[in-house]
Amino acid sequence: MDLGKVNLDAPHSMGTTIIGVTYNGGVVLGADSRTSTGVYVANRASDKITQLTDNVFVCRSGSAADSQIVSDYVRYFLHQHTIQLGQPATVKVAANLVRLLAYNNKNMLQTGMIVGGWDKYEGGKIYGVPLGGTIIEQPFSIGGSGSSYLYGFFDQAWKEGMTKDEAEQLVVKAVSLAIARDGASGGVVRTVIINSEGVTRNFYPGDKLPLWHEELEPHNSLLDILNSTSPEPMNI
Amino acid sequence: MEMLMDSSQAEHSFLSSVTASERTLNPYVTGTSVVAIKYKDGILMAADMGGSYGYTLRYKSVERLKPVGKHSLLGASGEISDFQEILRYLDELILYDNMWDDGNSLGPKEVHSYLTRVMYNRRNKFNPLWNSLILGGVKNGQKYLGMVSMIGVNFEDNHVATGFGNHLARPILRDEWHDNLSFEDGVKLLEKCMRVLLYRDTTAVNKLQIAKITEEGVTISQPYSLKTFWGYSAFQNPTVHAEGSWLDMVTGWAVTTME
Repeated sequence: MDLGKVNLDAPHSMGTTIIGVTYNGGVVLGADSRTSTGVYVANRASDKITQLTDNVFVCRSGSAADSQIVSDYVRYFLHQHTIQLGQPATVKVAANLVRLLAYNNKNMLQTGMIVGGWDKYEGGKIYGVPLGGTIIEQPFSIGGSGSSYLYGFFDQAWKEGMTKDEAEQLVVKAVSLAIARDGASGGVVRTVIINSEGVTRNFYPGDKLPLWHEELEPHNSLLDILNSTSPEPMNI
Repeated sequence: MEMLMDSSQAEHSFLSSVTASERTLNPYVTGTSVVAIKYKDGILMAADMGGSYGYTLRYKSVERLKPVGKHSLLGASGEISDFQEILRYLDELILYDNMWDDGNSLGPKEVHSYLTRVMYNRRNKFNPLWNSLILGGVKNGQKYLGMVSMIGVNFEDNHVATGFGNHLARPILRDEWHDNLSFEDGVKLLEKCMRVLLYRDTTAVNKLQIAKITEEGVTISQPYSLKTFWGYSAFQNPTVHAEGSWLDMVTGWAVTTME
């Protein structure tokens, strides 16, 4: 019924919020779970943090197809590399393989990725690989359309030498803030913590995230509110 | 020497920087779906309170359901500034109606007809009001529920929706709506639709209002949020059997040997 003109020449915004943060002993990767095709939410519970090796994961944003095929190829190459090397691949190697594919196919690919992991030489490391195939090692990295809302937040909230729990809480808070304002991000918050001890995956469902400005406590139905004996406090 | 010129030519004839005409080409701050149904005592209408700015969920307390006169309720999606302009037009319409002071008042059918004319005439001038409107009401026991689009397409039905609501809510309503729904059942049905829209529309915001209009008048609920459900096991581990596609078995082997 609604006629809207879609600007076909506008760059396809990466409908996602992805984050990678280093802490004292490892890394925490985080992402939302919304895959959207235009205005429609195709998948409300997707997993954007993909495993490359036992100790290296990648956060994917942008074209779902492009990011999936790149991670599939990198996983394949890393597997062969691991056999030939005789020990686990380093995060740097994994990131550079991602870069190689992203750079050499820059005309065709539209995906920004954050590679994060832990190895025995360098410890926890985060590498951003944005559109075009630049590789940039960072103490923390943010990506996807939702990240626009987080630059100010991280400028203020990120600190060197956080603990594992502080880092994870920061990531969950940040993704949750982005979800509140970015239409292309939503659903649940997934985190992956990687350190010398191994990998821990966590899941924070949409209804367990904190409420931000102008957001209200959820109810099952208006009928519950109308039938409650005590008057609802004013939500300002 | 051409002495008679129409206004659009006149604007270009001198060193003028005035554009010939103003046309809405794209909306800026927009509201998403509105869903409405007829029920036993009148009309129930629901809309969220989001004002999106493209992909950004910029404003979260926008009231998109408004009473019109004594007998009607208007819900709008699309450009919020155009909706505010329409409310001004309707204010004037109701004012003039009251000034007759003749005991008569405009019913929902008349207001719907007025809006249809406004939308269609703007469309003909290539300067549409970028909205989809739902007009519901009750007068003298007669329930009325109609819709007008930005190009002037208009119709009445037992259940209507705008935008994404047409694709996601109306199929639910076609299945589950029936004549003489109670207030409780009507609210639950609308909430079912609004929850689906919350899951599947990127421009939806979890803060909504439900309005009812009966012979007695209009009531618009306070803003509230709906609970959402994410506790499916498939949501927790979606890629447990999918990671690596053709490498599934090999990756499994590699994991155990590297331990």
